[in-house]
Amino acid sequence: MNRPTDFGDRFLVVRVPRDGPGGGLSMRVSRRTLAACMSMLLLILLFVVMSMTSGDYGIPLSDVARALTGQGDETLKMIVLEWRLPRALLAILLGAALGISGAIFQSLTRNPLGSPDIIGFSTGAHTGALVAMLVMSGGYYETATGALIGGMATAIAVYLLTYRQGVEGFRLIIVGIAIAAMLSAANVWMIRQAELQVAMSAAMWAAGSLNGLGWERLLPVGLALSLLAPSALALSRPLRQLELGDDAATASGVSPNHVRLLLAIVGVALIALATAAAGPIAFIALAAPQLARRSARTAGIALMPSALMGGLLLLAGDWAAQHALGFELPVGVMTFNIGGLYFIWLLTREGRK
Amino acid sequence: MLANVVKGAGNHWPLRRRAILMASCLALVLLVLLSLAAGTRPVSVPTVFHALIAYDAGSAEHIAVRDYRLPRTLLGLLCGAAFGVSGALIQATTRNPLADPGLLGVNAGAAFFVTLAAGFLGLQSTGAQLWFAFLGAIVVTVLVYAIGSGGRQGSTPIRLLLAGVAVTSILSGIGSAITLLDPVAFDSMRVWLLGTLAGRDMNVVLTVAPFIIAGLVIAALISPALNSIALGDDNARALGTDINRTRLLAAISVTLLAGAGTAAAGPIGFIGLMAPHVARWLLGPDQRLIVAGTMVFAPILLLAADIMGRFLLQTGELEVGIVTAFLGAPILILLVRRAKASGL
Repeated sequence: MNRPTDFGDRFLVVRVPRDGPGGGLSMRVSRRTLAACMSMLLLILLFVVMSMTSGDYGIPLSDVARALTGQGDETLKMIVLEWRLPRALLAILLGAALGISGAIFQSLTRNPLGSPDIIGFSTGAHTGALVAMLVMSGGYYETATGALIGGMATAIAVYLLTYRQGVEGFRLIIVGIAIAAMLSAANVWMIRQAELQVAMSAAMWAAGSLNGLGWERLLPVGLALSLLAPSALALSRPLRQLELGDDAATASGVSPNHVRLLLAIVGVALIALATAAAGPIAFIALAAPQLARRSARTAGIALMPSALMGGLLLLAGDWAAQHALGFELPVGVMTFNIGGLYFIWLLTREGRK
Repeated sequence: MLANVVKGAGNHWPLRRRAILMASCLALVLLVLLSLAAGTRPVSVPTVFHALIAYDAGSAEHIAVRDYRLPRTLLGLLCGAAFGVSGALIQATTRNPLADPGLLGVNAGAAFFVTLAAGFLGLQSTGAQLWFAFLGAIVVTVLVYAIGSGGRQGSTPIRLLLAGVAVTSILSGIGSAITLLDPVAFDSMRVWLLGTLAGRDMNVVLTVAPFIIAGLVIAALISPALNSIALGDDNARALGTDINRTRLLAAISVTLLAGAGTAAAGPIGFIGLMAPHVARWLLGPDQRLIVAGTMVFAPILLLAADIMGRFLLQTGELEVGIVTAFLGAPILILLVRRAKASGL
């Protein structure tokens, strides 16, 4: 009687009796999903250790541990606590933000290609940043603000241009591609008009980089993410219903356009957060949800595994960008390759079917 | 659809379609004249003819027409036809109304090789860029086709597109790593990426012309077979079409056309997407008419965009690649906003 229905996947069922602590909690977690999340967490931990120990100034693990517990000399503490730790944490948080945002958009458009890159946010952010850097010769904060305004304006424009008695996924993607093509033409032109030095630093910014980011950037990001991630999770059930189609979702008590708008706001806010902190980082939002879905074997796109996968990808990408080649690159250059590998992986899967 | 194909086979093209083709040929001739005459130094039409027939090296107007605008116009005709027809072929063989040569990695391949030439060999001249871009476009297109058609079930449209996106993103990752570390390569790339017909001399035109003409001839020859491919692979086989041979020839033609066009003019978007749609909209679904119409409509679009670019800015010119993006994007949006996207 109490045995859960077998859906071909084994579940862990957690039940807390009504009078126990936490009162009447009951949840089911797929074992496969749990195992996948755990292994992603372990990999994240591994890469954190690797990024703490490796670099120009190699530090053995025991010294890292000493610095973390507040011992060791000042140089050691500065390198570990002020430079490497915040950067690794930031990579995880921003990767998670990108992963959730991608999951939301792919689920909304019901299309594995429906990432914020595709709906033109990244290109719009680049345009905004270029205008701020080249036309108004702004510094860091002006650039970030410009990127946010550019990205938001583009996302809203794409959404409005797609709107025709609702927003259809395929149309959203095509309109996004069209607007992105237009904006990237404008970007190329602006880069051509600028001084070489300015243009190069703009290109560096546009690749997306975690270089030199410390606690002062980590704290606001952590704060914003602690608001946005729970709201995304709270909306995950209506999101699942929406995947069944508008009619089915309406029948189960979801108001499709209302929920879609809320989800789009959360999704855009998450990607805006990542863009403002590190510049437009390509492809994490595209690849993370699909890789997570396959490894966690969830039925649809799930937010939690996507967030972990996003964090893992960005952390690993940032580590590779710093240490794999012998010279330091912006992480965005690496994520392009992550995107390429993701597509090749899609291709081989497609071939096996 | 079948009725249309069968009817088309009897060569009974309605008068309206022939009239449209004639009218657009006339429009193309007018645009060629306009492209020779218009610019910051306007030249009257009689002087244009004089410059072409009896060239006077001492006259500034003659120099403008003969040395600058003639190669530019010829390049517009050739590259326009090349981009347009390669787009038409990709759309027909992948049965994807929104396909474009850029999606198969042509632009990325050309850009990557130009970056390599500038970054590692220090080559930045237009001539060197031309050959490297051509080489890159060909190598990468062949690579994409090879990846896309590997595996048991051969090349399906979706595999081809995925292979294109994969190769594009890996190449642009490596390419941007090179340009970010090397200011010389960066400077050379930011010029090349604009996509322009200006500043190319007659040598460039003569270099790419044989490749483009060969590609156009192949396209014209396989266009009847494209009609049966439009019905789906099974139907095409039932009608006696050799699908693999047609796809292979189409791939060769696309490689020649898009490679040579991109090598000569840089990455110019949307022509390959728009022109076949205009042809389909005006001339109907017969692929022979679409290919023929695209050869006329695509140069019209490109030359018109180029001429507009000469006047849009107060000082200097706006590169044609930017004009086509700003013209093409709204059209693409209108296309998808219509009740259903125009099918094949």
